Amino acid sequence: MAGVSDVVRAEAAGTRNEAGLLPATARKPRGGWGWRGTPYVFLAVPLVLLVVFTYLPVVNMFWYSLTSWDGLDKTKEFVGLDNYVAVFTRPELFRVFYVSLYYFAASFVQMALALYFATVLSFSTRFRNLFKGILFFPYLINGVAIALIFVFFFKPDGTLDSILALFGAENLQQQWLGNPDINNISLASTSVWRYMGLNFVLFLGAIQSIPGQLYEAAELDGASRFQQFRYIIAPSIKPIIGLSFILAISGSLAVFEIPFIMTGGANGTATFVIQTVDMAFESLKVGLGSAMAVILLVIVLVVTWVQRKVVPEEKVNLT
Amino acid sequence: MFPHARRTRLLAVAAIASTVALTAACSGGGESAETNEDGTPSGDLLVLTWRTDLLEDGTFDEYAERFNEEYPDVTVEFEGLTDYEGEVRTRMNTEDYGDVLGVVGTVTPDQFPDFFEPLGDVEELEQEYRFLRDKAFEGKAYGIPVVGNTQGIVYNTTVWEEAGVTEPPTTPAEFVDALKAIKANDPEVVPLYTNYKDGWPLTQWEGHRGEITANPNYVNEMAQSDAPWTEGTDHYVIDSLLWDVVNQGLTEKDPTTTNWEESKSLLANGKIGSMVLGSWAIQQMQQAAEDAGTGADTIGYLPFPHQVDGKFYAQVGGDYNLAINKNSDNKVAARAWIDWFNTESGYAEANGGLSPLKEGPTPETLKDFEALGVEYLELTPAPAGKESLFADIDSESEVGTNTPDYRQRIVDAARGASGETKDEIFEDLNSKWAAGRAAVGG
Repeated sequence: MAGVSDVVRAEAAGTRNEAGLLPATARKPRGGWGWRGTPYVFLAVPLVLLVVFTYLPVVNMFWYSLTSWDGLDKTKEFVGLDNYVAVFTRPELFRVFYVSLYYFAASFVQMALALYFATVLSFSTRFRNLFKGILFFPYLINGVAIALIFVFFFKPDGTLDSILALFGAENLQQQWLGNPDINNISLASTSVWRYMGLNFVLFLGAIQSIPGQLYEAAELDGASRFQQFRYIIAPSIKPIIGLSFILAISGSLAVFEIPFIMTGGANGTATFVIQTVDMAFESLKVGLGSAMAVILLVIVLVVTWVQRKVVPEEKVNLT
Repeated sequence: MFPHARRTRLLAVAAIASTVALTAACSGGGESAETNEDGTPSGDLLVLTWRTDLLEDGTFDEYAERFNEEYPDVTVEFEGLTDYEGEVRTRMNTEDYGDVLGVVGTVTPDQFPDFFEPLGDVEELEQEYRFLRDKAFEGKAYGIPVVGNTQGIVYNTTVWEEAGVTEPPTTPAEFVDALKAIKANDPEVVPLYTNYKDGWPLTQWEGHRGEITANPNYVNEMAQSDAPWTEGTDHYVIDSLLWDVVNQGLTEKDPTTTNWEESKSLLANGKIGSMVLGSWAIQQMQQAAEDAGTGADTIGYLPFPHQVDGKFYAQVGGDYNLAINKNSDNKVAARAWIDWFNTESGYAEANGGLSPLKEGPTPETLKDFEALGVEYLELTPAPAGKESLFADIDSESEVGTNTPDYRQRIVDAARGASGETKDEIFEDLNSKWAAGRAAVGG
């Protein structure tokens, strides 16, 4: 009897499987595992945090941008689109985007350096882990410390001037932060110093995911290091370079920390975000400041969208 | 006028962001706060303070101990905030901003009743206290200052004497000449340090408004004027002096790299000749001089170089005013703390400031002013119904008389970094001010 029932069961199972009626995922769960809702429970925590600390504030900001609130008053007076009209009728508020160009240009220097170091260190270089650490380290230092270091570096008779003097280049000494013609360059270089490590790590990760046989094959074919970079590395990390490019644009539109802590936006170094913060917390026009923030958000979204249209994402195929 | 809190202005925004998170975390300052049956204060009391330095060195714990000798049933706790102005303003959007706190400078008088408990009629409180009018609204006082400040210029007496300047300058021109003499005597010395980078020290220049015309009503009249930067006005004279000293190279080489903490020891060591700062700074500078081994006597205090009928004038007013949170559930203990702090704690004397008490003693730090016969000038509060007018015009016009930006712009132009002329700036300020007045409807 036992044998017969086994055959029947087997037959039944076979038929079902052939009919494909019960795919693996639809099977009844055993114990507590595999319940449909489980992924959502795990998702709930980050989602709640995201909603509470990102989306709710943004919605609030939209609401503030329609009021003339000063950041404290019990009543928030609704003024419709007045704040937006005010922003667009004041061209001086947009002039600061010109400062962003410095950071945009700097981001190319930053990507080039990062790519260079990532490539060099992806080959077996002596002390490569040490160099990786050194290059990434600036990204870990907190912003206030960086401000202290670099204000000291740039001040008259500070580190930079001393180094120049050491090489007899006293005539190059100048007010690195005080001279309005070059202070944005000084600040943008500081920004490169700080964020290059992040780009570097992104590139290095992408480069290391390239299978090793490709290099071997290339070497057998007699490809030089540069040719390896040109025909293997560069094409395979294209998506990461594209991503860095988008981040560079939106990042340079929204530069904040470095100029804010080093010069407070004085002396022609103010960026759009610094101006927004000043508007909201110095001039106490939270409504107008929020409108400016919304406008910046829209600009960044539009720029990113255009950029995605112009440079569409492509799948990389190395084989 | 709120100097102690401004040091870490850099962190303003980071701090604001974290405060939003923090307010959610630290709820409930004193829930079990009831008075005893006989009305003696008891329960928990949370005091917000801007003096994080005094919190760290234990001075506040001593205050709490001495307070407990008188009111043993009250448990006092302190919370220090480095960016006091920014953080507390944000926190005031909740109900949780301590039981006792200093009135944030950017709260306009018509907002006082929404946030603070009235402490009594101004007239009545004035029997005992002074400098109340600044934080009063419709006849009620909402805060009592912990100490009174006056305004002037701290200077290194040795540097000035060595340069041959022994008489206090009585006009802006004489002041410029004195600074020139200092520079001629030793080109390494910075005759006047602006502390441009930290920003807030530049706002100290604003403290001199009213002194130039010796007009206690100056600020109220400014709210009625469409051109406050016209020859002869206080702002014209003050800002012109700033322009001249910068323009003639009598300030630091690169103002964008100044450093407040460092400036104290530079002044003490004679590397800096002078700095425009409120009287609250004298004690800190003397301390720096003692630390440097040059002795507290090195630090002197001058009034603004301007006289009316042969007399110097110096503005006086309250520093931070202590107030009670309207939502506090321990107002009795809060009031006891404020009264005790102002009468018994000795805070004002310890900080070398003018006592908030009417009958308070003149501090040792201001003996220079006494010797010169400087007249103290207290600004008249705005008339009823116009209490917030000045503040409203000030922010609506975006002139921001108490923001660093306004004077940083003058410094930049004067040193030739922005290409603007003095007249262009004054004209622009005038037109902004007039537009602000029109918008506010003053």
